[in-house]
Amino acid sequence: MEVRAELKYTKSHEWVKEEGGVWTIGLTDYAQSALGDLVFVNLPEVGDSVEAGEVFGDVESVKAVSDVYSPVTGEVEEINEELLDAPETINGAPYDAWFIKVKDVSGTEELLSAEEYEAFVASEE
Amino acid sequence: MLIFEKSRPGRGCDLLPECDVEVTLPQEKDKREKKLHLPELSEIELSRHYTELAKKSHGVNDGFYPLGSCTMKYNPKINEDMAALPGFTEIHPLQPAHTVQGCLEVIKESENLLCEITGMDRMTFQPAAGAHGEFTGLLLIKAYHKSRGDEKRKKIIVPDSAHGTNPASAAMAGFQVVSIESAPDGGVDLEKLQEVCGEDTAGLMLTNPNTVGLFDKNILKITEIVHNCGGLCYYDGANLNAVMGTVRPGDMGFDVIHLNLHKTFSTPHGGGGPGSGPVGCKSMLVPFLPSYVVDGEEELKFVKEPQSIGEMKSFYGNFTVIVKALTYVKTLGREGIPEASRNAVLNANYMMNKLKDLYTMAYDEVCMHEFVMSLADLKKKTGISAMDIAKGLLDNGIHPPTMYFPLIVEEALMVEPTETESKETLDEAVEVLRKLYEIAETDAEQLHQAPVTTPVTRMDEVGAARHPYLRYEWQD
Repeated sequence: MEVRAELKYTKSHEWVKEEGGVWTIGLTDYAQSALGDLVFVNLPEVGDSVEAGEVFGDVESVKAVSDVYSPVTGEVEEINEELLDAPETINGAPYDAWFIKVKDVSGTEELLSAEEYEAFVASEE
Repeated sequence: MLIFEKSRPGRGCDLLPECDVEVTLPQEKDKREKKLHLPELSEIELSRHYTELAKKSHGVNDGFYPLGSCTMKYNPKINEDMAALPGFTEIHPLQPAHTVQGCLEVIKESENLLCEITGMDRMTFQPAAGAHGEFTGLLLIKAYHKSRGDEKRKKIIVPDSAHGTNPASAAMAGFQVVSIESAPDGGVDLEKLQEVCGEDTAGLMLTNPNTVGLFDKNILKITEIVHNCGGLCYYDGANLNAVMGTVRPGDMGFDVIHLNLHKTFSTPHGGGGPGSGPVGCKSMLVPFLPSYVVDGEEELKFVKEPQSIGEMKSFYGNFTVIVKALTYVKTLGREGIPEASRNAVLNANYMMNKLKDLYTMAYDEVCMHEFVMSLADLKKKTGISAMDIAKGLLDNGIHPPTMYFPLIVEEALMVEPTETESKETLDEAVEVLRKLYEIAETDAEQLHQAPVTTPVTRMDEVGAARHPYLRYEWQD
């Protein structure tokens, strides 16, 4: 399982990265491997508001549909349109396959550092 | 190969009788521009085509079919005999009611018997299947609140162990879905239920026994909490096979229910069925029933309720399915109905107890008509998933249990043997499952390849989902 030192994580297995007030959100390597091959992604629309700890989209594997939670509260500035046509990139490169970028962030979930997330996953196993 | 690919111009078999009325052709402007793709085959080619398809498939007539929550019980042949009687087949839905009194009697008697089994006051047979029934029932709840001017009730509470169709039907009916987490024992969490119940609650959707195969002992408390806040209770009849003739949803406090005649009442399931998902309700919902209900003393007739929600399907539902279900109920009778349920429960517990030293049970207690195993440990240990075991069963002539459902159990396999299987069949299935477990531990690769003996081997499910062929490409 790959965990990147420069990212922050949630207990619901999303990663998040802040750059100049814009927060980029995706699913962790652990999450994609637990979900299996993904075949469909649902994303919000640009301008939608998202709330920390609430569902903002979902991913579908051949087994099940799973919700994806937002680590932050704010407004969707950009969505990764390419992901809609190529959900397999989440399996191939989970840390490049971002879902949404959020601006005007007013609050966040409890965010974990890379070490904390690794420890959390180990405790879940 | 598709039947269309076997077609050759000019070949055929005369199945249609000669036209005995005047031929009227459509006007030139109304004619289709491209001719229809109708297959042209001789009778023997046609016969072989369907025999070949039948050989490639696995139905309850081929072998064990323990598909959880689907109640794949045997469909007695007498049902078909009754449904094929000319009085039931050589009729037209627009025929005057006085000429089809027998058919109306079938609907009326089925309604009476099924209401007695479920504790409901009236029933409509229009819905064509379970989810269609759910949708109908929810529209009844909606119409009820609306008729009382109580339009703030927009939320339907659905436990997270519910059938996937429940939240979907509620959303279709225009409700907001409130999902509540199940208690650790798999039942409804009373505190959480109390928390979400309020003035905006339209109702609750529940199946009991629930999707993990356990009877929720708090059921009276659950329906009371919902009623106290002004909501109604909807019973998903998917799991009625565990309790029919023993406990009635009406007595559990449910106001509206659907049944799956194609599950519990032994009519064909799958392959297009067709299904039938009658909806029963208590008296306060009767004025809203979809048309038509059968009424009358001397002469039976179709009646439309004054505040009816309208048509859920054309005419009277899948009528011959009702004939089959009625045949089933009358064949089993007052003693046979509860006995069938008792045997369904016994068979599930028998299999569970023969497996639980090896397979991890999601809830290790006395189950109802089905039980859920979690293969999470096995997967961790060997890499063999619920999917691999399911595929291994195919190589042994057994239809897989329901996989990856309910969602609250990781690597779930949900087994529902039904009452119509013999001890020998159950023993054989247990032996196969135990053997597969052993293979998982010793030769995992072999199971990753399964099935190898079926007409179609391991499917590329991911490929099919990512790059689906959505329509057939005609050559012309």
